[in-house]
Amino acid sequence: MLRRPHYITLGLVVLLTLLVLNLPDQTTARLKLGIGSIFLPLFGLANTAQQSAEQAAARLLPRSVLIEQNRRLTRENEQLRLQAIQAAEIDRENARLRQWVGWQRQQPWKLKLANVVLRDPANWWRTVHIDLGARDGLTNDLPVLTPEGLVGRVSSVSLTRAQVVLLGDPNCKVAARVVNSTRDLGVIESSGPLDIDLVEMSYLPRHATAKPGDAVVTSGEGGIFPKGIPIGTIVDVQSVEYGLAKAARVKLAVNLNALEQVWVMFPSNP
Amino acid sequence: MNSLTTLLILLMAILVVFWEAAFNPIRSWLGAQVELLPALMVYTALRHSLTAVALLAVVGGLCFDSLSANPLGISVLPLFLVGLLLLLKRDLILHQQPFAQMVLGFAASALAPVLTLLILLTGGTTPLLGWGSLWQLLVVAAGGALAAPVFFELFGWFDRTLVYGPAHQTTFRPDREIRRGRL
Repeated sequence: MLRRPHYITLGLVVLLTLLVLNLPDQTTARLKLGIGSIFLPLFGLANTAQQSAEQAAARLLPRSVLIEQNRRLTRENEQLRLQAIQAAEIDRENARLRQWVGWQRQQPWKLKLANVVLRDPANWWRTVHIDLGARDGLTNDLPVLTPEGLVGRVSSVSLTRAQVVLLGDPNCKVAARVVNSTRDLGVIESSGPLDIDLVEMSYLPRHATAKPGDAVVTSGEGGIFPKGIPIGTIVDVQSVEYGLAKAARVKLAVNLNALEQVWVMFPSNP
Repeated sequence: MNSLTTLLILLMAILVVFWEAAFNPIRSWLGAQVELLPALMVYTALRHSLTAVALLAVVGGLCFDSLSANPLGISVLPLFLVGLLLLLKRDLILHQQPFAQMVLGFAASALAPVLTLLILLTGGTTPLLGWGSLWQLLVVAAGGALAAPVFFELFGWFDRTLVYGPAHQTTFRPDREIRRGRL
């Protein structure tokens, strides 16, 4: 049976909830950051523990393994440097051709490495927190990727941390293109709550020739993601909306469950 | 209510939220992260006062939402409602029994996310939902069922270690005192 103190407390909690939910977006974001700063000492503690574990693991590695790793990385580094020289030459050629034809030169991008520090505790969102923030130059809507492909975009930024909304979250939609002869366009959306590696590519035209195994990349439309970033490969295609359109399930190139480090893309001349 | 225990409950709420956000293996393995705040609320509602329940709902809910993409404050009311319900019925519950604690942990951990989702959907937000959400709810509820007795044990130990126990009545009764005369 509810008594007077129960009514009063319930009223106060409802009032507080309504008040916080109806705050302006900017105030809510600041409040979130303020409350999130409670966790800063725990971040520090977790980082120290992780670093200690890594150092301990590094000490346990035999010298022969380290030497072999070093040789392999040196070889890889040399190959990449050669590729970079070739790419620079192609870039110069591309710039010359663009100048002749009169096309606008594409904006180059810079990359910054970030560690994934936290994941969304709620099961109905797919977001992570990274350890770069406004002091590192981050702003909203910057693309986030790994060497395998696209991960998502920055959705909110605090001084030292940022929240990244991952592919498959209802708030992360990406304009994409199938790498095939017809270059079918579609939109990457969320699929199911359990299939973290699968997303849905909707709004494919009904004459689309996309088939399982085709690669999917960003189309560059929408203004957030530059074109050509790998997203994944098509698993299956089906007709939807009474045959008026097609939708495909896409297996992501990146394993979102195992994200530890990501790259944030910055435009070179912000 | 002991203010030290309430403080410990609030500290535990912060730790629990951080653990949920930082510890990923359960999510990778079972496809869902366990929510421990409802299980903590079960302990608080059955052993502490209305003020402690309200404080846990506000602090725990706001901390949870600050690390999540949830609108800030959305988790406060569901947690409080779960706590209030248990608080009102606690005289009827055998809360000393671990099995009862597990059942309550299961029910609370299932109810709190459902209420949160209802508020989210009412507010026009579209979270990631599907048939897989039922499995996620089962994992969350099972996690809560396992966590509730652990919280009872843990805070029982805290109480025994840190809090003064109630003073027991002595066996001395003045009416049974033998008064001796001069002889």
